[in-house]
Amino acid sequence: MEKFDTLTALVAPLDRSNVDTDAIIPKQFLKSIKRSGFGPNLFDAWRYLDHGEPGMDNRKRPLNPDFVLNQPRYQGARILLARENFGCGSSREHAPWALLDYGFRVIIAPSFADIFFNNCFKNGILPIVVPSSQMDELFRQTLAQEGYQLTVDLNAQTVTKPSGEVLSFEVDAFRKHCLLNGLDDIGLTLQHVDDIKAYEASRAKEAPWLFH
Amino acid sequence: MATTPKTLYDKLWDAHVVRRQDDGTALLYIDRHLVHEVTSPQAFEGLRLAGRKPWRVQANLAVPDHNVPTTHRDQGIQDPVSRLQVETLDDNCAEFGITEYPMNDIRQGIVHVIGPEQGATLPGMTLVCGDSHTSTHGALGALAFGIGTSEVEHVLATQCLLQKKSKNMLVQVNGKTATGVTAKDIVLAVIGQIGTAGGTGYAIEFGGEAIRDLSIEGRMSVCNMAIEAGARAGMVAVDDKTIAYVKGRPFAPQGELWDQAVAAWQHLHSDPDAHFDRVVNIDAAAIKPQVTWGTSPEMVVAVDAKVPDPDQEANPTKAEGMRKALDYMGLQANTPITDISVDKVFIGSCTNSRIEDLRAAAAVAKGHKVADNVKLAMVVPGSGLVKQQAEQEGLDKIFLDAGFEWREPGCSMCLAMNADRLEPGERCASTSNRNFEGRQGQGGRTHLVSPAMAAAAAIKGHFIDASKL
Ligand code: SF4
Repeated sequence: MEKFDTLTALVAPLDRSNVDTDAIIPKQFLKSIKRSGFGPNLFDAWRYLDHGEPGMDNRKRPLNPDFVLNQPRYQGARILLARENFGCGSSREHAPWALLDYGFRVIIAPSFADIFFNNCFKNGILPIVVPSSQMDELFRQTLAQEGYQLTVDLNAQTVTKPSGEVLSFEVDAFRKHCLLNGLDDIGLTLQHVDDIKAYEASRAKEAPWLFH
Repeated sequence: MATTPKTLYDKLWDAHVVRRQDDGTALLYIDRHLVHEVTSPQAFEGLRLAGRKPWRVQANLAVPDHNVPTTHRDQGIQDPVSRLQVETLDDNCAEFGITEYPMNDIRQGIVHVIGPEQGATLPGMTLVCGDSHTSTHGALGALAFGIGTSEVEHVLATQCLLQKKSKNMLVQVNGKTATGVTAKDIVLAVIGQIGTAGGTGYAIEFGGEAIRDLSIEGRMSVCNMAIEAGARAGMVAVDDKTIAYVKGRPFAPQGELWDQAVAAWQHLHSDPDAHFDRVVNIDAAAIKPQVTWGTSPEMVVAVDAKVPDPDQEANPTKAEGMRKALDYMGLQANTPITDISVDKVFIGSCTNSRIEDLRAAAAVAKGHKVADNVKLAMVVPGSGLVKQQAEQEGLDKIFLDAGFEWREPGCSMCLAMNADRLEPGERCASTSNRNFEGRQGQGGRTHLVSPAMAAAAAIKGHFIDASKL
């Protein structure tokens, strides 16, 4: 998993509540063989005017000009503003995979669906909970100012606006530690390599047929 | 010092704890990892992106099963998306050095059939696979459960998983079953009694005379559906049958190692006074051949019963669920099960596609013809080796003469990810494990039954007690 410490990036506003994982990545793409490569099909049904299927050349598909991420001013955005209950629906890890592949590292919303929230941390995405009133303010400012950027500092737990105003946010200490150090579950387990090796050595004595 | 009596699950668990974390989770060592094409590609991709290698390459065994066609294998896979998923498995296995039985290998088959068949599943092992029906392997006295894609990658990279221990449940099937009552009927009856959430949070050990009387293949059918009772793992204690089953299989230990292993496996049973958090007793003699009537495996009755009436159900939520299920299934309450006719018959899946299942179905089909109202009756062996064995025994002839189709091994119409599926409204007698809405094809209606009962439904065109045919 890629580390996350600080990020200064363009912000895109997705002004809808209850965005579910099927909207984030429709089910026909789950037959895919990759964890990466879901970016072009992120929000597929909203983003394109035709029906998407795996294997299509997405560059040739008609874009929906009304969808916010298709607007030129939001190209290259890495921070997504969202509304209540973002990521509800199924537990598919394809949802954070698609957001990450598209380029998002931070999602700021008033609330997240539980499983999705967990899946984000597993995949190097920082979900930040910000109260609705401050969310409204962020949406307003993003819309008002082209090229609006935010600086997110995970260590300090702050979001800094272009004006210099600072919002602070909460994050679970253990998750923060993992994200700051780029530790995924695998990374954490691999901190116990010696324990695993010791187990294998003693197990190989007790049950050698498992290691022949 | 007296040691605390342990359940089989406790023993399997304790033998695999690498370290305990402060929050009560344990890092559990995994002896065997089975891999198939649907849930593994992202895990391999993850390994690649992180520059990691499989921790212990020989612990893995891979096979494509969900997407493979069951006809015209020589022409390859027609659906390009399915083909890519299968080819990706081939490539990943080649790249990382993992043993794979590719589509046209005689050893290819459903992942839960080939594990035990090859001796890759051994008593006392922890075994995982990115598939919920991994519980099947517990029939050999192993701790086996399904995992998600992130965990597949975790096992590949570390040979371990972070797990919280489940509670212990014992399902005792006491006494003897009547003739014609199979392992599938036992497990359907168990699920009918405890419900699809009855095993949630538990690891289930199946015991009692009726379970001990089952063959190892029968025990696999039972453990296969533990997940349908909500339990992640199902298991049966090791006995002489287990050891006889494992002996001589390609991955099984040999010579001195074999003797050592057998000595260790003798302990793989619950101690007499071991504590179970829940015990369920079932009277084997009361079990009749089962047929599901709804859209959940717990919606099940005996073949001589009627479709239940929601109006007689006191619990309003349950009654509403029953009405929805009847509506989807196109059934009226109080219809005798034997009045329900079928359009298709599917004999296969990781529940019932082993040689004994095919023998049981063939014994019923022999000398009969598939009824005119049945559009398709198909037999899909669980592996290439099962298929070969069945052909040596002439079972394929029996099926073909009766008008069944004889297919190549794979998951097939169990989940309809390949070309085999039900059309909307079609009704199927199926030996698989899930009768969920749309499971065998959009709008398809699935009735879960044993292989003998499926064959009987094919012959008669409607459900009937196979022993009365
Ligand atoms: S046969 Fe069915 S239940 Fe078994 S692994 Fe294949 S799809 Fe899953």
